[in-house]
Amino acid sequence: MNPLLTPLETATPVAATGVTAWAWLLIAVPLVSAGVLLIIGRAGDRWGHFLGTLASLVSAGLAVTIFVTMLGLPTEGRSQSVHLYDWISGGNWTIPLGLQVDQLSVLFCLLITIVGSLIHIYSIGYMAHDPRRRRFFAFLNLFIAAMLLLVLADNYLVLFFGWEGVGLASYLLIGFWQERPSAAAAAKKAFVINRVGDMGMAIAISLMLATFGTVTFSGVNAAAAEASPATITLLGLLLLWGACAKSAQVPLQAWLLDAMEGPTPVSALIHAATMVTAGVYLVTRSHEIYAHTEWASTAVVVIGTITLLAGAWIGCSKDDIKKVLAGSTMSQIGYMMLAAGIGPAGYAFAIFHLVTHGFFKANMFLGAGSVMHAMDDDVDMRHYGGLAKYMPITFATFGAGFLAIIGFPFTAGFFSKDHIIEAAFEHNQVIGILALVGAAVTAFYMTRLMLMTFGGKKRWRDDVHPHESPLVMTIPLILLGIASLGGGLLLNNWIGGWLQPAVGGGNVEAHAPSLIAGFASPIGWITLAVVAIGVIIAFVFFGPRKDIPEVAPATRNPLTVAGRHDLFGDAFNDAVVVRPGEALTRGVLAVDRGGIDGAIHGFVGLLGGLSVVVRRLQTGYVRSYALVMVVGAAVLGGVLVLTQLS
Amino acid sequence: MTQEIAVLMEISAPTLDYRLLAPVLIVFGAAVVGVVVEALVPRAARRLTQVVVAFAALVAAMVMVGVNASAGTRIVEAVGSIAVDGPTLFLWGALILLTGLSLLVFLDRDVDDSPFTPSAASVPGGVTEQEAQEAGHAHTEVFPLTLFALSGMLVFPAANDLLTLFVALEVLSLPLYVLSGLARRRRLLSQESSLKYFLLGAMSSGFFLYGITLLYGYSGTFDYAGIAEAVLNPTQPAGLLIAGLGLLGMGLLFKVGAVPFHSWTPDVYVGAPTPVTGFMAACTKIAAVGALLRVLYVALGAARWDWQPALAVVAVLTMVVGAIMAVTQTDVKRILAYSSIVHAGFILTAIVGAHQLGSGAQAGAVTSIEAVLFYLAVYGASTIAAFALLTMVRDRGVEANNVSDWAGLAKKSPRVAAAFAFLLLSFAGIPLTSGFIGKWVVFAAAWGGGYAWLVIVAVLVSVVTAVFYFGIIVSMFFGEPAETSEVVEPSIPTLLAVAIGIAVTFVAGVVPGPLLELAAKAGEFVR
Repeated sequence: MNPLLTPLETATPVAATGVTAWAWLLIAVPLVSAGVLLIIGRAGDRWGHFLGTLASLVSAGLAVTIFVTMLGLPTEGRSQSVHLYDWISGGNWTIPLGLQVDQLSVLFCLLITIVGSLIHIYSIGYMAHDPRRRRFFAFLNLFIAAMLLLVLADNYLVLFFGWEGVGLASYLLIGFWQERPSAAAAAKKAFVINRVGDMGMAIAISLMLATFGTVTFSGVNAAAAEASPATITLLGLLLLWGACAKSAQVPLQAWLLDAMEGPTPVSALIHAATMVTAGVYLVTRSHEIYAHTEWASTAVVVIGTITLLAGAWIGCSKDDIKKVLAGSTMSQIGYMMLAAGIGPAGYAFAIFHLVTHGFFKANMFLGAGSVMHAMDDDVDMRHYGGLAKYMPITFATFGAGFLAIIGFPFTAGFFSKDHIIEAAFEHNQVIGILALVGAAVTAFYMTRLMLMTFGGKKRWRDDVHPHESPLVMTIPLILLGIASLGGGLLLNNWIGGWLQPAVGGGNVEAHAPSLIAGFASPIGWITLAVVAIGVIIAFVFFGPRKDIPEVAPATRNPLTVAGRHDLFGDAFNDAVVVRPGEALTRGVLAVDRGGIDGAIHGFVGLLGGLSVVVRRLQTGYVRSYALVMVVGAAVLGGVLVLTQLS
Repeated sequence: MTQEIAVLMEISAPTLDYRLLAPVLIVFGAAVVGVVVEALVPRAARRLTQVVVAFAALVAAMVMVGVNASAGTRIVEAVGSIAVDGPTLFLWGALILLTGLSLLVFLDRDVDDSPFTPSAASVPGGVTEQEAQEAGHAHTEVFPLTLFALSGMLVFPAANDLLTLFVALEVLSLPLYVLSGLARRRRLLSQESSLKYFLLGAMSSGFFLYGITLLYGYSGTFDYAGIAEAVLNPTQPAGLLIAGLGLLGMGLLFKVGAVPFHSWTPDVYVGAPTPVTGFMAACTKIAAVGALLRVLYVALGAARWDWQPALAVVAVLTMVVGAIMAVTQTDVKRILAYSSIVHAGFILTAIVGAHQLGSGAQAGAVTSIEAVLFYLAVYGASTIAAFALLTMVRDRGVEANNVSDWAGLAKKSPRVAAAFAFLLLSFAGIPLTSGFIGKWVVFAAAWGGGYAWLVIVAVLVSVVTAVFYFGIIVSMFFGEPAETSEVVEPSIPTLLAVAIGIAVTFVAGVVPGPLLELAAKAGEFVR
């Protein structure tokens, strides 16, 4: 047996006490705020955004309090459960509703509420001129509540509620500018692809209920060791299926690029920092399942690796600044998936990268929003150039995010990505090399983005007047910029030990945390070298002296063409899913019309016919009613007598 | 002579525990006060006075129910005529609260446009009606009438002997006959329904009394405990028992609205003023099912092998006929009437199951009494809200109840359409509504009692009911808006009633635990 797949010891949750027992408020506050904002109508237009932001800040404050309380507890007392109530309890079947506050979920709570609050604040400025700003904040609050429910749930069914909730909020926010057909179509696409993933989740949950008789994390984890290998593998693959849709992993990735139709703060919060990482969370939570199936965990590694390369490839060939970032998001989540698939050694790294990525990607998306704000909502980088002079704060904060994502020494990404690449090499040489290639490509396309946007000559039209964004937008940028630079330094030595009881991971000691780990191993040096190569290549092609055409040059280069078409993701979906789906639908429709519909219509018709017959008894005459009663009495008497005789 | 007097003197007045009986006495007393108010208080101040008296009585009665419940006394009171036990207290609480909810809907609109006729005695469309209308008269008698009905309803499920049961039946029925005839619009229809209800009610009372007589002949007592004793140690031929329980059951099933004793239900529900319909659908059903439950379980529990098959047949007929009849109806109010019949059938399945601790239920399992109590309470709240919503869709001031009038309602008033759709989903038993949990527990009780086949029939019928519930929803949200009908702004009390009804439906669907626990704690009947 692979030493990385040895069974793990995971702490069992104890009942929550003190402030942790109020963890449900984390969810309730934004949820109530969302409800108020939606119900109150126009009356709340003037202060709705403040209420929404306040709700998010309250949750953030509570999350910090819970976190600090947890820091003061001994390790074995840190995993706490909050039992809310039993939804249905009858006989031997109970469906409990409960929360699990442990080292893993509290980290997510911090990320969601703090980054969420910053994005709320930023949105006050970004959405200032939108007539439906109140509704926007209501949806943001709804998202925060659903996402917190997702990460705080103590069983798969409640997690599924949050899972569906974030899907709904994401749908509403992608299509927020519903008057644009492209936004409406993108929302629909995200919704449909996520339904495909939900199917996997739903089947997985049903399978758990059928096999284990429980859906709680602790119950499933405890029972996983005894289940048959086939069941456990199937379960792992089904959960991965659900995770792929939510986290935009190949082959269910096509919706994420279109999701950029939503307002930019939404892209930052939902499609970069939080929701899309739910798949990684799911895999990490289900660590006990993946520990018992080499097949499924290998599948996670393979999917993660494919996605990290595909996302980077797409990132290289796009001119739309948000789509470059979206491709990059895919790619970075690919890294996390890869780490999570490696097993106990990788979970902490996956979560570490997830947190730092939450900082720097939210930072860069908000920065992109700031640039778009300045450029009259133009997203084409070919129309930018030389913006560093006009938007110094945005440039500086974006630069911080840039350094973090390429893994510049001592920035956040340097620590978190490096660990993953090293773990990948340890797991399998091929995977390691591919992860390394991904790092080089990342450096290339991010440098390209920086140069095209902030460097070089100005290429914008005469009627555009770039300007720095207002304080309400730049302050969140500055804070996130600081986190992008210093977050890794702060967390590196701590996060592995912190998470170990929640995700298992006996091999953490093997990777003794060190701030200079990146320089201590040859792989660290190699990584730095390939990153430098990526940056240099970008400078060669897109350097300050280069002329960048206004329109993307036509090319036959298959790599570029493929990248520009999202690696033909839509065509793939069309060929593999949509067209056979349509054919299947037609077939099913034919059967449906002839058979099922016929049966249903026939049934309803039969009911109608019966109804018409029975209705004749309802004549409206009291005498016939009395007769019905007497006949009924006779029938009843007959039954009573028959009962006696039998 | 003196000796005879001495014998008479020996009959001492029974000692009553007034605290235990207080809820009934308060409601009855308030009804009497209401009659005095009608006679003495000037017309202008009457409505307000009646409202104050009625609600004060309901609050006081509810407080006393709470006091009694916390005292934990579970005994048979008033010389063996009233049993104050867990189920009684639960039903009393439900009845009082739901009557309060109904009265909120009674208050709908100001006097000029109240749901009740200004002059019930005048000929419909006649001169006197016109005069009363112009003078702004109102029948404030509806409040004492409702309280009289409520006092009967309170005694009905608590009655512990057959004579008290009969008196309670009449006390609750007579005011309802009058209330049914008081509609402001379509008065002929309303009066016709009142008369039908009265005639058929009188006939069922005949069955009922005959049943009592036969049971007395069988056991020599009216007392439930005595009858139960006689069933265990029979001295008379079983034929008397069978015929007696059959006839008595028919009288009770008439009030429940079970097929084949249901014929009055659609006509009366449609003819009566809509707020009264809501009151009847919720509270009459609670009282009647409660009484049926007590008679069958306490007095005739040992004879359950005799009545279970017959009641199962009635349950099937009730569900199937109710659902089939509803499919082709075009009137929303009538659909709700048939829906109430179907729901009576669902409740009957749990009663048939007789899944009690005494009959093999394990501790912690859902018992029949618990299931029925829960179902009655949540269904009552949803029903009152649904009928309150019916009063809001109008065509030139008259309620527009045709499904075609409700088409496209979502475009005119998304709130009314969404609220009604939510209640319909609850009636259909969709999860996250109280209707789902209610169905779950009654079916669990029936299944536990060994009536799996009955549960299967019930689930199939649930599917059929979806046909007409969803039909209304589809029409409301996707139909072309009807031109004639409009949504009127409801008065604040009506709005409150709807909000409470929906809140109960939602909360009991999402957090059913507390209410289920309350119903479970109500426990068993005392004997």
